[in-house]
Amino acid sequence: MERVPILKIGDILLVSIQVDMSDQTAVQLQEDLAERIVATGCHGVIIDITALDIVDSFVGRMLSTIASISKVLDAETVVVGMRPAVAITLVELGLSLNGIRTALNVERGMELVAAARGDEWDEVDGDEDVETTATT
Amino acid sequence: MTAGVDLGRPQAQAIRSDEDVVRVRQLVRTFAVSARLSLVDQTKLVTAASELARNTLVYGGGGSAEVTVVEDDRRRGVRIVFADSGPGIPDIDLALTDGYTTGGGLGLGLSGARRLVDDFDIWTTVGEGTRITVTKWSR
Repeated sequence: MERVPILKIGDILLVSIQVDMSDQTAVQLQEDLAERIVATGCHGVIIDITALDIVDSFVGRMLSTIASISKVLDAETVVVGMRPAVAITLVELGLSLNGIRTALNVERGMELVAAARGDEWDEVDGDEDVETTATT
Repeated sequence: MTAGVDLGRPQAQAIRSDEDVVRVRQLVRTFAVSARLSLVDQTKLVTAASELARNTLVYGGGGSAEVTVVEDDRRRGVRIVFADSGPGIPDIDLALTDGYTTGGGLGLGLSGARRLVDDFDIWTTVGEGTRITVTKWSR
């Protein structure tokens, strides 16, 4: 079984999927990423699918699952580089990629991760200011 | 309905493992290129093939895919026949409903694949197996 490499760049884990993944490879990537997020403490995951010529329901679900797992582990996931034909096919297939942030390329993806982190810090600050009203 | 004439030799791929699903995708891609489908149509057909090959493996317990380039008076296309000798599908209408699944997936495989192709034909008998024929035509 092939394994998809995960690169660390600063505070971001970059996954560039270059192979036609078998389902097992996709599941393995999910597990590897979760481990790397915890091991490195990275706060962003960028998944580059430029090289993927299709995204079917299994890979689509994997992307959603990775986004959810990352969220729980305090990291933002951005999927970048989707080809136009893949986007058209995904919509027709009926896959909505719930909870997934997308960007056109890696650079914009990195900006999105940085912005998301910035927002989160603002929220934390905001909470401190209105501490007394934060009861449920 | 399966109109059209076969062009060249059909190629079969056994579906017994995850890796075979990948091989089906690659085989279908080759045929789609040689039939001169547009890039979007190639993508749709390969995606549909991926869903159906996975169904053949997961629900049918394995089987095969046979790919052919076909032609009618106006156009070329690619036809794929997925066959398994699995348990069959008791309720086809239900199985073709978006979101219906017995396998823990998203329930988009069968219904989504049908939307991505031009012709979709399903034969299934409980206890005997399932045979799904799909065709994508060039425009």
